[in-house]
Amino acid sequence: MITTQNLTKRFGHVEAVRDVSLDVREGDRYGLLGPNGSGKSTLVRMLLGLVYATSGSISVLGEPVPRHVGRVLPEIGAVIEEPAAYPHLSGRANLRLLDAAGPHGARRTRRRRVDDALEQVGLAGIDRRPVRAYSLGMRQRLGLAAALVRRPRLLILDEPTNGLDPRGIRDIRDLLIGLNSDGVTVFLSSHLLPEVSALCTRIGVLDSGKLVLQDRLASLQEPTGRILISTDDPERAVATLDGLVEHRDGADLVVRADDPAELNARLVAAGVPVRSLALQRRSLEEIVLEVTGAGSDQFGVPA
Amino acid sequence: MIAVELFKLVRRLRTWISIGLICALPLIVAIFIAVTHLAPPPGQGSAFLSAVLDEGQLYPAAALALVLPVFLPVAVAVVAGDSIAGEASAGTLRYLLARPVGRTKLLVAKLVAVITFAVLAVVAVTVTSYATGVLILGPSRAAAVGTTPGGLAPGSIAPGAGGAPTAGLQPGAAITSLSGTPLTTLQLIERVLGAMSFITVSMLGVAAIALFLSTLTDSAIGAALGSLAALVVSEILVTLNAASAVQPYLPTRYWLAWIDFFRDPILWRDIQRGFAIQAVYVVVFLAAAWANFATRDVTA
Repeated sequence: MITTQNLTKRFGHVEAVRDVSLDVREGDRYGLLGPNGSGKSTLVRMLLGLVYATSGSISVLGEPVPRHVGRVLPEIGAVIEEPAAYPHLSGRANLRLLDAAGPHGARRTRRRRVDDALEQVGLAGIDRRPVRAYSLGMRQRLGLAAALVRRPRLLILDEPTNGLDPRGIRDIRDLLIGLNSDGVTVFLSSHLLPEVSALCTRIGVLDSGKLVLQDRLASLQEPTGRILISTDDPERAVATLDGLVEHRDGADLVVRADDPAELNARLVAAGVPVRSLALQRRSLEEIVLEVTGAGSDQFGVPA
Repeated sequence: MIAVELFKLVRRLRTWISIGLICALPLIVAIFIAVTHLAPPPGQGSAFLSAVLDEGQLYPAAALALVLPVFLPVAVAVVAGDSIAGEASAGTLRYLLARPVGRTKLLVAKLVAVITFAVLAVVAVTVTSYATGVLILGPSRAAAVGTTPGGLAPGSIAPGAGGAPTAGLQPGAAITSLSGTPLTTLQLIERVLGAMSFITVSMLGVAAIALFLSTLTDSAIGAALGSLAALVVSEILVTLNAASAVQPYLPTRYWLAWIDFFRDPILWRDIQRGFAIQAVYVVVFLAAAWANFATRDVTA
């Protein structure tokens, strides 16, 4: 759906994006992670033909960008950094106006598509109030509705859950997962790790403009070959497991083992009361921190 | 896309407030003149103003002369300067372009909206000042004017005046041209329409400059002020003898040529040059705006 090859963008002396080869496949829910200022927005803008690359190539939906960007944009819905709307018009008027502005927005279906999009993002009940009076969360939802009006095949969303409350974040996540299961590919950028962790199937990590990691989240989070145990009798557990315990912290043990069922049986047989037992997986945070260098302390800090 | 831009223009409060303010200036002037019966003497002050106490139907011409030097260009510069820069700073530009709206298309639609605004403003001034002239100025008061110091004696004219021209009433009450010949109502309408289109076209140079600056910056006010600064420079150079070499190419050089529509026969020379110079400014600055906008990174 989206591939870039050695994509580089320089603004003066600053290299905002360096040699990025992105690979977003059909059906992905792709999360592009990176701290503020790591080049996410510049990358997104290049995909949409707003910013021109210094070198490298981009292909979106099989067409070269920016050369044939006019062909692919009608099939893309985008939220680019903050949503924007004409503040003196109502949300509905804004969506109609934006739809009327570009090609392929059939007038006949406009009202239906606008209503559907508003319903999808939970704004079906909005009245004629101007956007000026909207809360940040409502604006964010309206921005997403604007991206959905054309019923796109590909969503490119830059920080789509900014400014939403926890319920709003979950609504949007459910919506994106639902759209994805209907065949829409979702590409989103975020600096919020829990968000990406809960939503995405593949991730890429940008660090100072370089793509330092790109993989399926599930394979990144494969079991590490360790099992985490919590027990009331850690002494006996350590004795029973004999050398397999790598680390002990009070009642919590890290044990080198692959099969939790087998380990559990062994402990129970030895009379160790097991409170909890789980495969150790690396958290997204650990994965990201491992591949990013200095400056990654900005992760998770809301903009 | 043009329809979308026109919708945005008419749905915007600013459009109507600025047109209202432009129309208010001639109204205020008319009220002062009507109350005091003191019009500027012929050959002084704003064009046509000396005659309006005698002939209220001439007030549209006087009103256009009042708004032409400052009000109209300021309003046009604000609208044109806002066109791209305003969308950029509001963040809507990136969504329009991602819709997608072609950049060239957007620029053309913006220009059409600015021209529409100028036409609306000129028409509004003409219509409101005609009503003002007929209602509170005009022949019914001419008798009182005859004895008023500074008023225009009926029938006085300033044929082919070099400075601010005047028009007047001949005995018998037909409106006369600046050359002294009577004008029929049809002729007067034709000439007012001619002057209106010339004044609208005169605004296109400013509009094109402001539109170009609007593609350079994300600050709408910067673009508007930049184009106004260019106008001020031009208006100063036009009156400066030392700058006579460049005067024929200044955007405001032929701004007053619309007055020639009220001579008999119409003096076409400066009118044609006025149209031509505006066309040159539009072509040059629109090309520059296009060249810049089409290749520029949209980071706002």
